[in-house]
Amino acid sequence: MRFAVRRTIFYLITAWAAVTINFLIPRLMPGDPVTALMGRMQGRIDSNAEESIRVLFGLDTGASVWQQYVDYWGLLLRGDLGLSFTFFPTPVSEIVQQALPWTIGLVGVATIISFTLGTGIGVAIGWRRGTWADALLPITTFFSAVPYFWLGLIAITVFSVTLGWFPSSGSYDRGLVPTWSWEFVGSVIYYGFLPALTVVLSSIAGWILGMRNMLVTVSSEDYVTVAHAKGLPERRVMVGYAARNAILPQVSNFALSLGFVVGGTLIMEMVFSYQGIGYTLFQAVNTQDYPLMQGCFLVITLAVLGANIIADFVYAALDPRARQEG
Amino acid sequence: MTASTLDVPAPTGTVGEPVLEIENLSVDYGYTDDATHVLRDVSLTLHRGEVLGLAGESGCGKSTLAYAATRLLPPPGLITSGSVHFTGRDGQRTDVLRQSDAELRASRWQDTAIVFQGAMNSLNPVYRIGRQIADGILAHRPGMRRKEAWDQAASLLEMVGINADRLRDFPHQLSGGMRQRVMIAMALALDPQVLIMDEPTTALDVVMQRQIVEEIADLRERLGFSVVFITHDVSLLIEIADRIAIMYAGDIVEDAGAQDVYRRPRHPYSAALLHSFPPLRGERRELTGIPGSPPDMQKMPPGCPFAPRCAHVTDVCRQVRPVLGPTALADRGGREAERSVACHLHDADLEGIDGTLPADLAR
Repeated sequence: MRFAVRRTIFYLITAWAAVTINFLIPRLMPGDPVTALMGRMQGRIDSNAEESIRVLFGLDTGASVWQQYVDYWGLLLRGDLGLSFTFFPTPVSEIVQQALPWTIGLVGVATIISFTLGTGIGVAIGWRRGTWADALLPITTFFSAVPYFWLGLIAITVFSVTLGWFPSSGSYDRGLVPTWSWEFVGSVIYYGFLPALTVVLSSIAGWILGMRNMLVTVSSEDYVTVAHAKGLPERRVMVGYAARNAILPQVSNFALSLGFVVGGTLIMEMVFSYQGIGYTLFQAVNTQDYPLMQGCFLVITLAVLGANIIADFVYAALDPRARQEG
Repeated sequence: MTASTLDVPAPTGTVGEPVLEIENLSVDYGYTDDATHVLRDVSLTLHRGEVLGLAGESGCGKSTLAYAATRLLPPPGLITSGSVHFTGRDGQRTDVLRQSDAELRASRWQDTAIVFQGAMNSLNPVYRIGRQIADGILAHRPGMRRKEAWDQAASLLEMVGINADRLRDFPHQLSGGMRQRVMIAMALALDPQVLIMDEPTTALDVVMQRQIVEEIADLRERLGFSVVFITHDVSLLIEIADRIAIMYAGDIVEDAGAQDVYRRPRHPYSAALLHSFPPLRGERRELTGIPGSPPDMQKMPPGCPFAPRCAHVTDVCRQVRPVLGPTALADRGGREAERSVACHLHDADLEGIDGTLPADLAR
């Protein structure tokens, strides 16, 4: 129990630090949003309007940084991340809310599939190392070694353009109304299949290789030999003794990669014109949309933190040595 | 220490009846023609109720012999020839090396249990020790309920002097000595007839070594299993073992009663080995050690592997590899007739051997 409390306090402090840095960084950047906007509009906004925009953005109050910081926290706790410049006057939280489920759904599911499949294959070929199964390694490593955008483009060329099996872009059939109907969900899966496939293909080698090598290392541990000597069934030795210990580093890697899911796989979302958060962040950076950037960063930071928390607790559940107190 | 809930069987059979017979066992490391021959035609018999010590320098093949006899040899170890016969309580004799995988799995731990070298790494770090003892029991007693297995694990722990409430501990919560006791308890879970102990005390301090050794001796007395005790600590062996086999470079060079080896070594290597550690009792003497180092197993000389380091080397030693046979003093009768040695000095029929042993080998 003390473990849980200690970790919770640690993560609260980390979250506070992350939010504070997220608040400070835009204020340390040179220039201000108003000048940036004026510059971008290249004279299409009358310079007399500068003051109005300043008022509109709420930058006229002359409040101290401390006061701004306090206000920021107040707004944050109410879920108010400000208004986007690019999609003015849509609130940032709304934009993030729209983009996030798509990324989490697609990349999250793909990451889980990749981890599960990769770890399973890793166990299988690690246990029978030196057989034909090892030939799988160079093949999967090839897919993770080629640049992702190239893999995505090839997938589109082959499966969408040439064979016409899958759509080349978008996230669902635009003719459908987004509801929880079978038809719509089916369409989402259909549209998501190709991007998910490329994400799995490009990331699975890491999981296979990691698990295989850990399993080979663990297999030579004395306790695995003891398990053999005890006459336990082969499967029990493989799963309960070898894989059970070999999976520990995989779990922390998995939780970390879950955190990065929210960061979105920018290239995937661009190649497939998928409406995820990576794409949104890309747009925000392109248009110097500070509130949107700040909102995206905040969500990503919190997601990575959340994933770390999960990793910590799962690890503690799996490894008794990790929950030792003191 | 009580074994109240364990039904302790009376030691069956008499000492002298073989329980584990290793015959002409050869082991290679590597699969190609240039594989290293680590064991060459090793034969060794373990009798019921006996403690057999296996001693020798590091890398002489002691552990390989134990692993090969139980078919636990990790790759690239390969048993190239030989047989290992196990005789059960019912008198049935099976060749362990020719058992099918399923038969082997069923007989493991029941017939032969092993305590490994590293007390620290022999327990799975993520399972409670109770579970680790219980799963071995359950694998061989399919009908048994989990609760019963845990109860039995508890009484096993008490038997080796650990409080039963430690069952729910993880290995990292135990000290090294306790872990080794847990391993011993685990090894005795199915009441095996042969217990192979591969340097069970190496990682422990001297006080703990003594406790563990006494523990083993005590348990053997009560449960009547046979022990193969592997160590490089000859002084320890002399105290615990009934019989000692001395190994050198993949061969057994001398096989005799523990006191006989200690007081009257017949092989120059045994004699040299005994001179390289201080005796616990008796008059002071100079420690000499053995000059040189063991031969490279990949490039074995044709003759006796000990020839380059031997003080009594003759021409024939450099050409012909000696085999285990009776000693030159076998006509003394009694225990002397039962011991065997692999040394040309004991073979008066050979050219260049006059039949009189050097003084230190003829005591």
